[in-house]
This record gives sequence, structure tokens and C-alpha cells, in this order.
Amino acid sequence: MKKTFIPFAVFCVISIALYIGLGLNPSKLPSVFIDEPMPELSLPVVGGEEIGFTKADIAAEEGVVLLNFFASWCAPCYVEHPFLMELEKRGYKIYGVAYKDKPHATNRFLEEQGNPFFKTAADNDGRTAIEWGVYGFPETFVIKDGVIRYKHAGPIMEMQFEDEFMPILESLSQ
Amino acid sequence: MRMFASLILWIMMSLTVLAVGVDEKRLANPADEARAQEIMKQLRCLVCQNQSVVDSDAGLAKDIRIIVRERVALGEDEATVLKYMTDRYGDWVLLKPPFDGATVILWLSPALLVLIGFFLVYRNMKSRKLAAVAPLSDDEKARLDALLNDGGKE
Repeated sequence: MKKTFIPFAVFCVISIALYIGLGLNPSKLPSVFIDEPMPELSLPVVGGEEIGFTKADIAAEEGVVLLNFFASWCAPCYVEHPFLMELEKRGYKIYGVAYKDKPHATNRFLEEQGNPFFKTAADNDGRTAIEWGVYGFPETFVIKDGVIRYKHAGPIMEMQFEDEFMPILESLSQ
Repeated sequence: MRMFASLILWIMMSLTVLAVGVDEKRLANPADEARAQEIMKQLRCLVCQNQSVVDSDAGLAKDIRIIVRERVALGEDEATVLKYMTDRYGDWVLLKPPFDGATVILWLSPALLVLIGFFLVYRNMKSRKLAAVAPLSDDEKARLDALLNDGGKE
């Protein structure tokens, strides 16, 4: 009895550990900024010198703001784009950051694909993305009152939006 | 022919060495550059995930190398530069995870497995020894004596 019980218990423990461990997505990093004030942000407009928007602009917004890092050279950004257009139609305020993109390429991207952004700025040297802990594109932050509430790496589509964003957006709007 | 082949091999190998950092400025001070390299080896490339920032050709890894060199040149020590990175990307950016509550099992599991192994070997040996030294019963002794005394006669 005892002899068979111990290996069986070990088997169960290993099975549970593997079930949990293999179910995780190792490429998904939680942001260290969740529920933290957003890092500094002051970016020029696409292709220009003047300021596009700053941290203060986003912090001053009433309600929830989405901040989206994108690039015209990023294939998943094309996949995501129609849904950003849809979110804009639903009334979400989205700030766009063009990451290490050529200004004419960014502009052409927004002309051809549509422009869902309330304001667009350019992170020309990629420094701001690193300050924000961004590692994959596109990446979208949910911000309210200057505090980061959620981050999603990779394209947001209807499914991610319903599953991941909606519960947070609902709790924030209460 | 063989010399030619080894020459080609040698060129190819030097090219791979050049591939990283060919468009980057190394630090003028060799000691600083060595320190920067040491730090970069500990940082995970966030795009490719199982490479260090030193080995990666990803744009983000390159930007991180530039930042590490800048900070080293400013005189920051290793812990400060690593903290700068973990403040932004979490402990995940370190190839060697820190020892804390979340990783205690990860760190202790090799030692634990060795201990379990020793225990199993010890138990196994003990039970064998016991079997080997089990004394003969009177019956067995008598039979053994009989065999030894009569041995060879039959």
C-alpha cells in the first residue's frame, strides 16, 4: 500500500506542476508598471520637431486612454489596425506612438490603413519604448489618471479585447 | 586545398564575430567595455528570449547594448545598470533569475534532487547489506556443517 502510494503522490505533484507550467505563455511578460504611474513621455510629432504629446497630456485626460506602440514595418500592427479603427469608432481615445519608423512610412501607413489615433507621436530612437518596458510590437497600455492599469503585448483583436481589456475597462469606469 | 578550406572557415568565423557590434561603438576604455560586456551577457534579449543581449541581432537588443555602454561610461556599477533594466522589464530580463520567494524551488531543486538520490542509494545499500549479513539459522548451520564435513566424500 505504502509502496505504491509514494510514487503515485510524486506523479500527481509532477503532473499538476507540468499542467500549470506548460499552460503558461512564456513569451508573455507582465509589465512591471501595472498600477504604477506611467514613465516619462515627451515625444515629437511624426516627422517634426514640435511636441506631439507628453505624459502630462495623457495624465490630464478624463477617463481611460489607450496608448499604442506601433510601426509601419511591423506585420502584426497591420493585423491589429482594423480593430483599433473599430475601437476609435466605439469612442476610445487612443494615443499612437510610431516606434523607430520613417516619418513618410508612418504617414503612409495611417493614410492607407486609416488613422484611429487621437494624437500620434514618434519614438525615433526607441528610447521611450525602453523606458516603458516595451519589447514587442504592437503593444497597448490602458492608462487612467496617469496610472498604467494594463498592458497587452501583440495585436489586440476582438477576442483579447473582450477577455482581457473589457473587465479592466469596466472596473475603471465604475 | 586544406589550407584554402581552413582559410574560408577562418573568414566565416571572423565574420560572425564581426556581426555583433560592427555598427556599434565600443567603449574607448577597455576596462569599461569589459564591464559593459559582462553586464550585457546577463541581460536577456526580450525579442528572441533565450539569447543574451550580446548574442542578439534584434534592434531592441542593440538599443539596450547602447544604453548599457552609456551607463557604464557614466560610471554606474553593475547592480545599478541591472536595476535600471529590471525596473523596466522586471526580473525576466535577467538570464539568471534572482533568489527569492518565487524562485526558491527553482534554485533549490538540483540540490534537493541530489539529496533524494543519495537517500535512495543509501536505503537500497542498507537493505542489501541486511540481506547479506542475515545470520544462518540453526537448521542451515547444521546442513552447512554436514556438507563441509562430508564434502568431497560423496
